[in-house]
Amino acid sequence: MKVLYFAWFRDRIGLAEEEIDLSGSKDLTVRDFIRDLATRSDGYAAAFEDMNLVHVALDMQEVDHDTLVGNASEIAFYPPFTGG
Amino acid sequence: MVRVQAENFDPGVELDALLAGRTDIGASVSFVGHMRARNEDRDVETMTLEHYPGMAEKALSAIEAEAHRRWPLQASTIIHRVGPLKPGDRIVLVITASAHRQAAFEAAEFLMDWLKTKAPFWKKESGPRGDSWVSSRSTDEDAAQRWTASPKSK
Repeated sequence: MKVLYFAWFRDRIGLAEEEIDLSGSKDLTVRDFIRDLATRSDGYAAAFEDMNLVHVALDMQEVDHDTLVGNASEIAFYPPFTGG
Repeated sequence: MVRVQAENFDPGVELDALLAGRTDIGASVSFVGHMRARNEDRDVETMTLEHYPGMAEKALSAIEAEAHRRWPLQASTIIHRVGPLKPGDRIVLVITASAHRQAAFEAAEFLMDWLKTKAPFWKKESGPRGDSWVSSRSTDEDAAQRWTASPKSK
């Protein structure tokens, strides 16, 4: 699955995107996936430190942390929007 | 009509394009957001707008469709810029057109309020004190929330 990081998620993690194989983890929720990611490095831990600021889209649709990742082809992590 | 672009836009040209050939429009409202050189007591030299390509256009189109569902609009335009901007630069354009002014005024305000909290754009400010990502404002969230009740007109 393609994993995208925007704004300070990208800065802290040091990546704009990466490919992560999630096959075989059928019941994985967004929250589970975040917990896994947060253990990868200090940068990931810093990015996912405050769960209230972790917003997520599955295939470009905003979802909450309890949503199953399922067979989405793209997941994106980003802070609250500040456009306009 | 929704566009996300790095280039500047000309509000007059966009208004003319939206009105071309139309004789059913009695009112149009144009809103332009500009970049300020100061934000929350910090000097800002450059503001960089980042977006999620694909989702940003999709979100803006959904917000535009919602405005057309709530108000009797004849036409609308949303243009959001991305990339580095300087103080005084235009950031965003919203135009709404309707037979009468009330729908145009309300829909323009609605579009801006929802666009700020529901479309994937992020601002980074750069100035003498370095770079920082702009935090979301609870006042923007409050402004968006007030439209979740039933629409005032239509």
